[in-house]
Amino acid sequence: MEVFGQPWPWYVAGPLIGLFVPLLLVLGNRRFGISSSLRHLCAAMGSRLPLFRYNWRAEGWNLAFVLGIVGGGFVAGVLLPHPAPLELNPQTAAALRQMGLSPEDGLVPRELFSWQALLNWKGFVFLLLGGFMVGFGARWAGGCTSGHAISGLSALQPPSLLATLGFFAGGLLAAHLILPWALQALR
Amino acid sequence: MALPIPDEFPLEDSQPTPSALSLIPYFVAGGFFGFLAIRSEIASWYRIYEMFRFESFHMYGIIGSAVLTGALCLRLLRRWGLEMRPSEPGRYRYLLGGLVFGLGWGLVGACPGPIYALLGSGVAGAGVVFLGALLGTYAYGWLQRRLPH
Repeated sequence: MEVFGQPWPWYVAGPLIGLFVPLLLVLGNRRFGISSSLRHLCAAMGSRLPLFRYNWRAEGWNLAFVLGIVGGGFVAGVLLPHPAPLELNPQTAAALRQMGLSPEDGLVPRELFSWQALLNWKGFVFLLLGGFMVGFGARWAGGCTSGHAISGLSALQPPSLLATLGFFAGGLLAAHLILPWALQALR
Repeated sequence: MALPIPDEFPLEDSQPTPSALSLIPYFVAGGFFGFLAIRSEIASWYRIYEMFRFESFHMYGIIGSAVLTGALCLRLLRRWGLEMRPSEPGRYRYLLGGLVFGLGWGLVGACPGPIYALLGSGVAGAGVVFLGALLGTYAYGWLQRRLPH
């Protein structure tokens, strides 16, 4: 049981994640992709926009899958929590401390994700805007990291390579240019 | 149903509504994925930040070995006639949409899978990110016709 509470190395986790591509294809000819669930939720809430007018119940597998992810997150994060801090590169940790974050506990910085952080309207808006871009960009690009960077690249589809390049370009801009400025503004 | 601009993964309108029972395997598979997302630390804001600073191999190793595994499996499955549908044509949607997604990914340090996993593990802020992602999805549906694809 010990192993289930420890962090898993990349060479265990990576291949296991890759197996979701054939698994979902075999289970029901599905494409491993998670951001579509956000579209189905908009459809389920009854939006009349053309993008959301379809029989979302027929895509129920995707909603069942993400509900499962929430459950798996509960088991791993709440029932079998790993209390030790992440083993980050010391250079990364130093850069984080300089920006006012303390990478001592949990998977995410409490300065950004705790209840207390949400009470600060700036922190709330930061997360809301970041999430907004994730949702907007994923639908515009027609998929997220799972749909493009994992499924699409596995299938050697050129559009997914373009999307993955976009993901990385955006992430680099955010981490190096926007984040230091945004964290300063949050303080 | 024909959409004005097709989504990357076209929906098959003829599909019947599945029974709740047939959804159980997907729920279980999702459970494994959520567990994996937490245990492998891909759901960690810190790991994403570290990746974009090129200061750790962890995320690159995960994505690289996942793609390799997926590609090998797809090659095998092709022999049995199982294949992934091709993507929609286009350039701008992938580059620009990808860029916007990446900006969000770099800030909140979580893509949709990890957002759900963090929700389950009780991270308060993940709820706000999820709400933002829903709003963003809706906003795209609203602006779809006016964006380059």
